[in-house]
Amino acid sequence: MMNKHQTSVLMRHEVGLHARPSVKLTKLAKAFESRIDLGLSPDGPWIDAKSIVKVMATKAPKDSTIYFRAEGRDAKAALEALVTLVDGDFQDGP
Amino acid sequence: MDRRTHRAAHRIEGRSAAPGVALGPLVRLAAPKHDARQHRSAAEEHQSLVDALAAAQVALAVLAREVGDADGEAILSFQIALLEDDNLAAPAFALIAGGEAASRAWHAAIDPEIASYEAADDPYFRARASDLRDLRDRVLRHLAGEADQTVPPGVIVAADDMPPSMFLATDWRDGGLVLRRGSPSSHVAILARSRGVPMIVGVDVDHLENGKDAMLDGDAGLLIVDPDSDMRAIYSQRRAEQSEVRRVATSFSGPALTASGEPVRVMINVTGLAELKGLDPAHVDGIGLMRTEFLFQGRENLPTEEQQYQIYKRMVEWAAGKPVTIRTLDAGGDKPIAGLTEPGDINPFLGVRGVRLSLRHLDVFRAQLRALARAAVAGNLKVMIPMVTVPDELYRCRALLERALDELRHEGQGAKMPPLGMMVEVPAAALTIEDFDADFYSIGSNDLIQYVAAASRDEPQLADLARPSRAVFGLIRHVVEYADGCGRETSLCGDLAGDPAQVAALLDQGLRTFSVAPGALGPVRAAIARYSGPAA
Repeated sequence: MMNKHQTSVLMRHEVGLHARPSVKLTKLAKAFESRIDLGLSPDGPWIDAKSIVKVMATKAPKDSTIYFRAEGRDAKAALEALVTLVDGDFQDGP
Repeated sequence: MDRRTHRAAHRIEGRSAAPGVALGPLVRLAAPKHDARQHRSAAEEHQSLVDALAAAQVALAVLAREVGDADGEAILSFQIALLEDDNLAAPAFALIAGGEAASRAWHAAIDPEIASYEAADDPYFRARASDLRDLRDRVLRHLAGEADQTVPPGVIVAADDMPPSMFLATDWRDGGLVLRRGSPSSHVAILARSRGVPMIVGVDVDHLENGKDAMLDGDAGLLIVDPDSDMRAIYSQRRAEQSEVRRVATSFSGPALTASGEPVRVMINVTGLAELKGLDPAHVDGIGLMRTEFLFQGRENLPTEEQQYQIYKRMVEWAAGKPVTIRTLDAGGDKPIAGLTEPGDINPFLGVRGVRLSLRHLDVFRAQLRALARAAVAGNLKVMIPMVTVPDELYRCRALLERALDELRHEGQGAKMPPLGMMVEVPAAALTIEDFDADFYSIGSNDLIQYVAAASRDEPQLADLARPSRAVFGLIRHVVEYADGCGRETSLCGDLAGDPAQVAALLDQGLRTFSVAPGALGPVRAAIARYSGPAA
């Protein structure tokens, strides 16, 4: 059964969705099999959250709200993990 | 003995950029060549790009394991992540399928990405353009069939030019450097002098043969290929003298005195904490110039106030009460900084550089002034502003520093107003020095000379013009006399101060504070000791 989920999180990281945060975010997204999209508004435009080229191209500054939507077997877990990463200021997880 | 009588040896003249001698095999570094092979099938072009991307990825992974610092590791993992993303090369593969050569297709795919970062409003994103350029060139080198070049120790490196990042990444023990481009005042030459690496510039490196033994004489500006046994003997002797000079340089303590017993302060120019290792503050009269550009170069982010504060504080603590003069960011000119300086500056030396740049990037400048005001609490810190041309620039800097101090006190942070001085390197400022309300003056002779002579220090053909002249010494005397009259200090921190042959002429002008590369401490102190007063 396919799962569709959507969520959003406020990014407070000092320099925005910069190289280091983007590397972490795309690596985490790639750990899930679901298709995961990222946008800066609830209606998109949506880009592939597993592509660092596209994630960096959003040039999202500090205090942006990041929207995620995911579709697939592990969609819910993927979004929870991504929100935890962004909400935790991209610190290394346990 | 006349060296020219030896027929076997080949003697090549260049210009001295950093003193010392080195003997070793020549290693010729090639510039990145772009793939010009033609008449290949789309399938072959496709495969060469696949291979080049894979090879670049492996090379980056090896680098990332060895780099050992967080900033370097972050840049490399960003580049690796880009290569892992199929979206990056997808447009290139599409172009190859349409008949384009791999190198041109790769350019076409990545150049718009670079341009998009260059156009970003945020300096952090703009700075990423250089990471992408670096990645583009790495893949191009693999496409052209050139393995990534690393330099083993103990060799004489010959290249067109060398970026400071590569110089800093190389092990220069017993090695030397020969460049076609660059000048004695270029950034790499400054680094070479400060690290004791013999270096010459202005050499036609195309005719040098890889692997041949060569002797580099950084004092005479000579490269001798295939030196014979007599020359090798001379080399060994010079080498022994060199270590002796270095030993003497570091065994000095107490004040430098002229032959008539007059004290002269000799301070050092540094770029960071690394150069202070092994140097005892008791042997110097302080740091006359700390260049902060290196804190800003080759990094992922511009340094934060806190990172700068930590470095300035450790510098001041090292000096143990002796003065530490820290120059605010002197970017621009020959010192570009990704995300900050203007890439398309038409005439960079006459463009937006030094204080002109800082006053246009107040967020960056403010962080530096705050860090300096905080570190001033830890000891004898002085702040110096580069490229001051009119008094108003200095007023604005003083006002910004005072405001930073107010803010810090308001926030409950420890801070102190440091003395605020200026570099005197623009002739307009030297000529009207009495109009500038500076607590001290420091003459930047490298830029002063090239601005007075209207001759670029990077143009080998004009080396005879871009030299200290009577006009330059006249300006130095004018500044020293004015400063002496009102009880302010004048130092000279350009290369002129570190040249033993110029020490007497500078003392003649009344200069009593020198700031030199650590390697020049011994020779300059010796020249001061020989000075017995102005020549009749």
